[in-house]
Amino acid sequence: MLIDIDNLHVSVGGTEIIKGLNLQIQPGEVHAIMGPNGSGKSTLANTLAGRDDYEVTAGSVLYKGADLLPLEPDERARAGVFLSFQYPVEIPGVTNVYMLKAALNARRKALGEDEIDSVGFMRLVREKSELMQLDKSFLSRGVNEGFSGGEKKRNEIFQMALLEPDFAILDETDSGLDIDALKVVANGVNSQRDGERGFLLITHYQRLLDYIRPDFVHVLANGQIVRSGTHELALELEANGYDEILAAAL
Amino acid sequence: MASQQQDVRDIVDRKYTHGFVTDIESDTLPPGINEDVVRHISAMKNEPEFMLNWRLKAFRQWQKMKAPEWAKLNLEPIDYQAISYYSAPKKKDGPKSLDEVDPKLLETYEKLGIPLHERARLAGVAVDAVFDSVSVTTTFKTKLAEAGVIFCSFSEAVQDHPELIEQYLGSVVPQRDNFFAALNSAVFTDGSFVYIPKGVRCPMELSTYFRINAANTGQFERTLIVAAEGSHVSYLEGCTAPQRDENQLHAAVVELVAEADATIKYSTVQNWYPGDENGRGGIYNFVTKRGDCRGDRSKISWTQVEAGSAITWKYPSCILRGADTVGEFYSVAVTNNHQQADTGTKMIHIGANSRSTIISKGISAGRAQNAYRGLVKMFPTASGARNYTQCDSLLMGNQCGAHTFPYMEIKNPTAIVEHEATTSKIGDDQLFYCKQRGISEEDAVNMIVNGFCKDVFRELPMEFAVEAQNLMNVSLEGAVG
Repeated sequence: MLIDIDNLHVSVGGTEIIKGLNLQIQPGEVHAIMGPNGSGKSTLANTLAGRDDYEVTAGSVLYKGADLLPLEPDERARAGVFLSFQYPVEIPGVTNVYMLKAALNARRKALGEDEIDSVGFMRLVREKSELMQLDKSFLSRGVNEGFSGGEKKRNEIFQMALLEPDFAILDETDSGLDIDALKVVANGVNSQRDGERGFLLITHYQRLLDYIRPDFVHVLANGQIVRSGTHELALELEANGYDEILAAAL
Repeated sequence: MASQQQDVRDIVDRKYTHGFVTDIESDTLPPGINEDVVRHISAMKNEPEFMLNWRLKAFRQWQKMKAPEWAKLNLEPIDYQAISYYSAPKKKDGPKSLDEVDPKLLETYEKLGIPLHERARLAGVAVDAVFDSVSVTTTFKTKLAEAGVIFCSFSEAVQDHPELIEQYLGSVVPQRDNFFAALNSAVFTDGSFVYIPKGVRCPMELSTYFRINAANTGQFERTLIVAAEGSHVSYLEGCTAPQRDENQLHAAVVELVAEADATIKYSTVQNWYPGDENGRGGIYNFVTKRGDCRGDRSKISWTQVEAGSAITWKYPSCILRGADTVGEFYSVAVTNNHQQADTGTKMIHIGANSRSTIISKGISAGRAQNAYRGLVKMFPTASGARNYTQCDSLLMGNQCGAHTFPYMEIKNPTAIVEHEATTSKIGDDQLFYCKQRGISEEDAVNMIVNGFCKDVFRELPMEFAVEAQNLMNVSLEGAVG
């Protein structure tokens, strides 16, 4: 099993946000988590990535059979956990290409591989930036510095494509994207589906799921998964809204 | 937050890697200052009478002056009678070459990584090493002499080129300029002198390494660089001091003179002992640095990386006297623990179409306070003059402070002054973002800080740029969580 979340409880600033969440993801599966604002979707993403201030008060998370929770965020990342940020951060003066190379080499080192040479790195960067339709000039710009919302999101998926994680969490990657950008992002994600890599898509809207077809859809409400199903469930949500499903579930 | 505090404590534990003391007998004056001390220093250095008179004039003025209190610094009054004003390594007969230099001195330089030997790493850099107050050795003299460049200790210059000293000494920073400059003028013991003759491009980077060794001694060095018409020189200054409990005073004066079409580039990497986690010990660094763009089209560029000292008080400045002159100031000031820095620049525009650029980057961590203080002054004569100022502050943690004090006096309607300032915090967001990409916290901090300082680092000569980057990494180890 890739990810096994059992009875997870998470508090932020003393307030319990996730209240006994269970979720299992097998290698190669794409799961979507949907839910209204404030249901705990982003809390789940941040907890899995190991962000400070997200306190796990009960339950467990196993990643490839081992306890994920004691690991630092960078250790999790090097072990193959990737988070596409809802709000990617700007780092002025640090070029994209510099950070990417540092990130890639950190991952390679953890896998016992040699650092990538410049030629190989640039070839990889060119290939993946074409996939994400990112202009080459962005490589020498500061990390996310002056990027539009859409560029930032494409940059996240570009980074994912480059780092080739084993488990990727996409936190509202579709928000703020126009339809063309959404297609590019979806294409980037789909190109990474290889039967081994697992995905957790966190989204408010069904729209993304038209382009990235999930194996399972879960509805999160009040810190728990209240309903699970296939892609049909997403369509039902789209048609009827959250209220009806939540009312039925509770 | 809890982990951040822990990490702030971690920095405190980092060792000051240059904190060793060289055990050699010093020839040190007893503490205290009076006219006899000034006379004694002058006599020990066998100075001509004009120098003694110059010193005495400075001393008499200093006695009437008060230490400045306007800086945003928190310090106890300094007892100037408790300081010894002269400390020289005991000489046997005076070293004529490296072979005769006390091996312990050489060992000290070795630890600092100073390339005293001509075959050393930085071949191509001439070093005038100031150890406490006396210049130990000067390399590359011959090669420089062939180009007509004079590069020697200040003491030697007083003996060998008294006419140049008399002409230029105090012509940029007069004795009574400020409290610390006056004190320096009275008791300075050594320093460096550079003269680049007309039309000469100095064939190598010149470098001085300053190091304060003897306990309880002030170091008052004096640097004078004169670039004659159409000449060009790049000068590097590095500083380190050993670790001691008590504070040490450093009050240096640097004067630069650029005649018409001359260029002086002056780079500093300052890494003096900053004191411990309780603010005990560390260097008080009160320095007056000023360049005079005396001739038309001359250019003076200051680049500084200030990482050490308990207190830094310095404002490397440019007087843009000639027409079409250029003044530049690129600064990175890092403060950690209880360090305090009040630093910046003055750009005094007198000449028409003079231009100046100020790029200041302040980084504060721990409980440090970091202030930028800058003056841009446009005289009525400065038609078409321009200044661009950019001041950025980076905060790490939530117990430090950053302050910006820009002063502008514009007396010419055609002059243009631009000022931009930003303050940002190394956010938990930025760190988490880097860590989520697999980059360790330490590497992430280094990456973010170096990105922040990039505009300044790229002004440094190559050898210094690497050193500065390393220094930054050591200074801020574990500063953020």
